[in-house]
This record gives sequence, structure tokens and C-alpha cells, in this order.
Amino acid sequence: MERFTVGIVVFPGSNCDRDVSWALEACLDIKTKYLWHESSDLGGVDAIVLPGGFSYGDYLRCGAIARFSPLINALHDFVKSGRRVLGICNGFQILTESGFLPGALVANKNLNFICDDVELDVISSKGGWLNNEHQKKGIKLPIAHGEGRYHCDSDTLKKLIDNELISIRYRNNPNGSTFDIAGITNEQGNVFGLMPHPERACDENIGGIDGLYTLKSLIRH
Amino acid sequence: MDQFSVKVFIRLRPSVLDPAGEATKSASNKLGVEGIKSLRIGKMIEVKIESETENDVREKIDLLCDRLFANTVIEDYEYSIETI
Repeated sequence: MERFTVGIVVFPGSNCDRDVSWALEACLDIKTKYLWHESSDLGGVDAIVLPGGFSYGDYLRCGAIARFSPLINALHDFVKSGRRVLGICNGFQILTESGFLPGALVANKNLNFICDDVELDVISSKGGWLNNEHQKKGIKLPIAHGEGRYHCDSDTLKKLIDNELISIRYRNNPNGSTFDIAGITNEQGNVFGLMPHPERACDENIGGIDGLYTLKSLIRH
Repeated sequence: MDQFSVKVFIRLRPSVLDPAGEATKSASNKLGVEGIKSLRIGKMIEVKIESETENDVREKIDLLCDRLFANTVIEDYEYSIETI
């Protein structure tokens, strides 16, 4: 059997692609493969990560141009097939711009680019991206974003709450996000987008290991 | 074929906080300009486009606004068209 392979999408301006690769390969022994955004062939991969960065220089709006790449077009069928997609930071922005996840990410309330560790309450383990243990204790992950304020209208928020699609919430909301939202899943649970960076929390020596489980769960289902 | 000039204005929806607008409002006060009740920042996109009719242009610009120029979750748009 072929080894389970996680595709890491590379856009012009992605800058966390190698961090994700390191976290998966070196910390979790999961095979990875870079996917240039112009490729639409997702045949060889079993799960996909949209990494952080500044795809297309954040021109127009974060994630707005990336949405039109051939790879994101192909992602629609990939998601429909039930395979798993994790969008981190800019990857989360791309997932909302492309309509895979509801809402939008806009400039932080205080306009600062915030680079910090944040405490997160785990609200739902839908999709298996997090577990009961996390729900009891919460997790700590780094954030690094200027446009991470999650925004949605009240109908969407109600839908998110009623369907348990909110995975993580900030304990001390750093950016003004609606309902302290830091990460959400789609209704099927196979798409997870979050502003914090789990790939930067995969080794005790550099800031904890609270991100390991989420990355590992790319192959758990 | 006629040439058209289109000006598209994109604004954050009223329900969306505009921190850049708030910061600029505060700077306006520091400049000594009083009485500003609200200040919000949007985008203006100028498009020059060739098309058969103005209706044709409208269709194209609607598509562009809806799918690319604006994110209708957070933004509203309007535009004006002039024949060049």
C-alpha cells in the first residue's frame, strides 16, 4: 500500500509550507508532498494543508486571488470525496474566500500584526481535529496575523453554534473576532480552518506540543 | 465596440467594524478637524473595458464585483459607467 501522503499547497507568497512539512515529516513521520498552486492533479495525496503566508501578497483581500488557482478549483471535488483539508492562517483565509467555510477574516481590531501565544478553549471536536482531553484543558498555540478577525453575520453565527462547527475560541480575544472564534469546521467536519499555527507547536523545545494532535489527525480518519 | 470607463466603489458593510477608518478619524481629530461623525475607508477600482453595449458591461462588472472585487460577506459595492 502507498504511504499516506499529505499535500502541502504552495502559493507565491506562502511562507509556512516548510514549517508544516517539518512538523509532519520530522515530528510525526508523515510523508508530505509540495503542491504548486497551478497544479490541479490531487491524485497522489490523501489530505491537504493550506499553509500560512501571504498568497499573492494579500492583494485585494487575503486569500482572494488564491481562490482562483487551478488547485483550489480541484479542491472542491477533493473535499466532496470526504478527504481532509486543514487551512492554517492564510489557509483559513483562503478557505473562507473560496466558500469552503463560512464568514470572512478582516483586519485585527487594533490594527496590530499580533505575534503571540494564545490560550484557546476547545469547544467542539467535530471532525476529530481535537479531542476530549483538549476540551477539558484547552490548548495553547502561537498566532501571527494582521487580518485574523473572524467576522460573520448573526444567522451564520447561530448556524455555527447550533451545528457545533466552532472548534476553538480565544480565551482572551486578541483581534476582535466575532464570538472569540479562532477556528471552525465545515458541516461534514473534514475541512478545518484556524488562525493559530499548530505546526509551530510540535516540539517541546520551541513552544509546546499542543499542535501535534491536529496535524496527526490529518491521517486519523 | 465601444469603450467604457467603470468606477467601482467597495465599502465595508455598515455592520463590519473598520479599525483603519477609526484610526484615521482619530488622526483627523488630532489635525484639529472637528465634527467628524463617521469615517470609513473603502476601495475604488477603475476599469476600462471594451464591449458592445452598456448592459454587456453591467453583466461583466456585476460578475467581477460579486466574485472577485468584493467579498459580499463583509463588503458592499456600487459602480458607475461612462462611455469614453
